[in-house]
Amino acid sequence: MPNRLELSGITKQFPGVLANDNVSFAVKPGEIHALLGENGAGKSTLVKMIYGIMQPDAGDIYWNGEKVSVPNPKAARRLGIGMVFQHFSLFEALTVLENIALGMDAKIPARELEARIREVMTTYGLMLDPHRTVATLSVGERQRIEIVRALLLNPQLLIMDEPTSVLTPQEVDQLFTVLRKLAADGCSILYISHKLHEIKALCDTATILRGGKLVDTCDPKQETSRSMAEKMIGSNLRDIVKVEGRTFGAPKLVVNRLSTLKAGHFDVPVDNVSFTVRTGEILGIAGVAGNGQNALLDALSGEIRSDDRDAITIDGLGIGNMDTTARRRQGLCAVPEERNGHAAVSEFTLSDNSVLTARDRLGMVVMGLINSGAAKTYTGRVIADFAVKALGPASTAGSLSGGNLQKYIMGREILQKPSVLVVSQPTWGVDAGAAAAIHQALVDLAAAGSAIVVISQDLDELRALADTLAVINMGRLSAARPVSEISIEEIGLLMGGVHDGMEAA
Amino acid sequence: MQFRLEKRPEPSRLMLYIAPLAAVVLTMVLGALLFSLIGYDGIGAVREIYFTPLLNPLKWQDLAIKAAPLIIIGVGLSIAYRANVWNIGAEGQYIMGGLAATGVALATHGMGGFWILPLMMLAGTAAGMAYASIPAFLKTRLNVNEILTSLMLTYASVQLIFYLIRGPWKDPMGIGFPQTRRFAEDARLSTLIEGTIVHSGVPIAIIVALIAWFVMSRTVFGYRMRVVGAAPHAARYGGFSENKTIWLALLVSGGLAGLAGMLEVAGPFQRMVPGFPANYGFTAIIVAFLGRLHPIGVIIAAIVMAVTFVGGAVAQTTIGLPDEATGIFQAMMLFLVLAGDLLVKYRIRRVQHTSAAGAA
Repeated sequence: MPNRLELSGITKQFPGVLANDNVSFAVKPGEIHALLGENGAGKSTLVKMIYGIMQPDAGDIYWNGEKVSVPNPKAARRLGIGMVFQHFSLFEALTVLENIALGMDAKIPARELEARIREVMTTYGLMLDPHRTVATLSVGERQRIEIVRALLLNPQLLIMDEPTSVLTPQEVDQLFTVLRKLAADGCSILYISHKLHEIKALCDTATILRGGKLVDTCDPKQETSRSMAEKMIGSNLRDIVKVEGRTFGAPKLVVNRLSTLKAGHFDVPVDNVSFTVRTGEILGIAGVAGNGQNALLDALSGEIRSDDRDAITIDGLGIGNMDTTARRRQGLCAVPEERNGHAAVSEFTLSDNSVLTARDRLGMVVMGLINSGAAKTYTGRVIADFAVKALGPASTAGSLSGGNLQKYIMGREILQKPSVLVVSQPTWGVDAGAAAAIHQALVDLAAAGSAIVVISQDLDELRALADTLAVINMGRLSAARPVSEISIEEIGLLMGGVHDGMEAA
Repeated sequence: MQFRLEKRPEPSRLMLYIAPLAAVVLTMVLGALLFSLIGYDGIGAVREIYFTPLLNPLKWQDLAIKAAPLIIIGVGLSIAYRANVWNIGAEGQYIMGGLAATGVALATHGMGGFWILPLMMLAGTAAGMAYASIPAFLKTRLNVNEILTSLMLTYASVQLIFYLIRGPWKDPMGIGFPQTRRFAEDARLSTLIEGTIVHSGVPIAIIVALIAWFVMSRTVFGYRMRVVGAAPHAARYGGFSENKTIWLALLVSGGLAGLAGMLEVAGPFQRMVPGFPANYGFTAIIVAFLGRLHPIGVIIAAIVMAVTFVGGAVAQTTIGLPDEATGIFQAMMLFLVLAGDLLVKYRIRRVQHTSAAGAA
């Protein structure tokens, strides 16, 4: 039997970057094939060429043994290639059925379409009421619409782009069941991810890309997560060095019944949140994106101020009504999720970006005048200590890659030696090497006596980093518990909104 | 087939500086063409408007005194625009500054003393600030767009001139002319150089621009304005409140417009007249953008605009160009400067109509 899909010598050049360099691999019928690599390794470019969104500069695509060209996505769908994107394109105000009907290339009468949708749903156990409005559905349910939409075309190859990044562990399990059944029926699956344990659990073969080149094609079941990660980053992985049996000191950051107002139509406010972080402790806050993490960070950093002075206290001092500047003076630094335009100004130099948050704590301002020499020296230290790849303090923030900018931002806050540090998504879009460095810096800061709050959607990160863990869902926070005592299943249930374990605040 | 604006990855630094120059040159070419088409001597118009003022040393003092208020107002506006606060009512703030200075001059008439001029300056600046605080208040409290309020307040201030110079401030010896009496010696700006008309407003304008340059590049105030304009979200994270920035931007730009009003009324006019509003406040908007919102750029841009004013007057007498020609040249220049800015930051791409269904 010929290969379902075969790529031979695919090369794609962008201005300044060779996104894919002579990449060749094959996907067999009914195989679940992982495409693995760090951000910027060239995974997305490769699948965009398979799905006809882009054209390769060189190389051939073979489909069931025949050489084909895929000029556009419509042609890809005609061949039998379906794709589920990371970001959904659904109209919230319409029903499931209406959304699917809108995305079809051919016009099919609504009744016939509904019958076919129900058939696909029962075959693969994708339970969903076709007449429900999308706005009322969870993220996992929305993803099912996209999968159903792709399956209606009876694809022979289904491309899934980072499908689990928005799902709870339980939803991930359900998705895997569907994918295994599809594969058993002969549909090949190209599964893009950087989550190694998922790939080990699900995939038959893994193709690893690094810097646009194919590094290895291997059997993930024969590999360890570590060995695959090292192939992905091309060097040895560093472990977080954490002192065993650490004890925590007195409560440092105490949050007591903190709430925020709903700021916009899509804003999820913080609802009556309470927690305590002790000296030397790292509290992890897990949760599916869009459950109030942004409002929580803004409320802690001071971008959103509370009327209640004692809603947030540091060492017993109420700071709830202070602005960000005053809170920084009290020792609280924060790093928001969005780097460009929030944590840093792209058009400004790194030196000027240091002035943004470090000017008061490090004496960069004397009588209203900015001491640019002090800002430059400090920026140079951040660049050196955190191995930021930049020409120097005078480079603009926008000229740095995402990972390097994140290292700079984290370094800028950590080197201020804050007594409380609140960070959101500290390693989002950052390569594994840089992520390890950032994690180690956070652990070291805690060991030096700071209280740290890490808000993240990456459970692996939180389980490795945090001492205690709480879950945020619809703006409400579960009780914090030691990481060692809370199972992945429990976290999953809390992320999905089951609040039995919720402490009465 | 459609066209789409696409952001350039890295705008060329060179083009950033060439674009305004190209806009000026293109204005000359298009202006010559336009006026030739409607039956005037187009080439002559450009020559009279752009080159005569520069080549004739007698016109240089005219340039200086026309440029001075444009520099002072333009510097203020460039600071506000940096922070994305769109004060369009500098003309009104300029008028209020002129009126407040007139009030002081009339109230102290008959007294003498070196303190009168500084007091007029103070009054003019304060009046400009006070007038600009109305849009600031409305914006920060009720979220009313400052473009509309500041612009509309300009028309109210014009009416106030007419009321005052026809009523309470009317010159008792003016045989019915709607104007105030001429200010006393101590309330007038003396000429700097004997035999010229250059008054102390000219060096003040240069000093204002230099101070603004220092403030914008070296102080926390300047940093605040730049960061709020470049990334409002980051500014909030950095601890700069948006409302305070709006207040500061309007007070600084309003205060400088008021100062310019005082210098005009005490310098060239020496009394309040119906012709006091000379559109300096509006022209300064062009000056601010033409000068890249940079104080030194503003000085150069103000001189360019002064050239068109002086040259426009020359062209009226020498080749009979209508009064409005100056306005047409200035408007064309603003349009081309803004278009140049856009093209430096974006490029125009022709897009074939492909199906966007791929994103489904």
